[in-house]
Amino acid sequence: MIAALICVVSIAALLQFFISYSRSIIAAYRKATLSDQVREVAGITGDTLHGEQFGRLLQLVRLCPQKGDDQGDLSVVQSYYRLMGVFRALGRALSPALSRWAEHERVNCVYFAAVALDRRIAYSRALLAQQMAQR
Amino acid sequence: MLGPVDYCLALLGFAADVYVVLRLCTSKSSLRYFSLAIYMLATIGATIAQEIALNKYGISSQAYGYAYYYSDALLTIALFFVVMGFYQQVFQQMGVGKYVRLASILLLSATAIFSYLVVRRMPTHHLTNRFVVEMSQNLYFVGVVLTYLLWGAVVKLRETRTRLIQLVLALGIFFSSEAASYALRNLFPSLESNILKWIPPIANTFLPLAWAYTFTKIPEDARLETARVTRRPPAPAGMAAHQHS
Repeated sequence: MIAALICVVSIAALLQFFISYSRSIIAAYRKATLSDQVREVAGITGDTLHGEQFGRLLQLVRLCPQKGDDQGDLSVVQSYYRLMGVFRALGRALSPALSRWAEHERVNCVYFAAVALDRRIAYSRALLAQQMAQR
Repeated sequence: MLGPVDYCLALLGFAADVYVVLRLCTSKSSLRYFSLAIYMLATIGATIAQEIALNKYGISSQAYGYAYYYSDALLTIALFFVVMGFYQQVFQQMGVGKYVRLASILLLSATAIFSYLVVRRMPTHHLTNRFVVEMSQNLYFVGVVLTYLLWGAVVKLRETRTRLIQLVLALGIFFSSEAASYALRNLFPSLESNILKWIPPIANTFLPLAWAYTFTKIPEDARLETARVTRRPPAPAGMAAHQHS
């Protein structure tokens, strides 16, 4: 009985801690604004982001040379995005409010991925410029 | 028999432990995270002791079992002092350091009495699987409760230090995943050899990695609104969330 109680409480706490941890990482990226360049590359039109764009953006991020400082963030946010996918699916069956909240969080993950792509493109450009200067 | 994944996780965790200690020793904020540095040093010592026991006696030996589970229990208790250090930081401005110290002494005494009662309840003092699982489950659960209360204080007092927020949240993830895995092992012993055996090594690697990340990437003066982490955040600037019907 005690083990079952500990198990339920711990899983609930784990979810809450993980959601807050992921949000604290995403919040740092939300301060940045997206450049026109990344909008063009990622095919982002207007001011609307869709939760489904995350996979495509992540593929683009992985194509760019990495600076080595965002790999941990990407892994955490990718797991968070998957978790929100589960919540969205659950919300469709149980509560529309949960589904809306999960979709909102997925959009934040998309914004995070777009900012990560923006930073990597900027880094690639800087690398290229450096190589050109060395020649 | 330990596989390559076990060794990779152990090495990664060990490297992160060493990194955090070195990072703290060379930074100005080493005194602020003194208990954390001591805990990391203890983890390094415990990892070395476990490795020696493993090589000398083998994985299925009782000696390795004692080395693994008892060092783990002692490290968990050491981690309570890290939590108390975080409490002290959160309540610093309120000038209640004296009460935090008193609470930590009470907590340590309560944990010692509780552990003694658990050991005394056992018919023999031999290391049994059920005993270690129950003891670890309870110790980690105390950690979950303490960290949850700490997180509640962080939110209530609108703590904005990003570094502290991330350190606390990573600790919460560690404690709750360990407590859940030990509780599941207690409930379903058959799951131990499959899925559940991976959770403690992953959690043991995650914590030093997350802390290493925080000390490297998040400057001491970085600030974050706790509302962004706890409440439903607004849409990013200039971006509207497209809601699906």
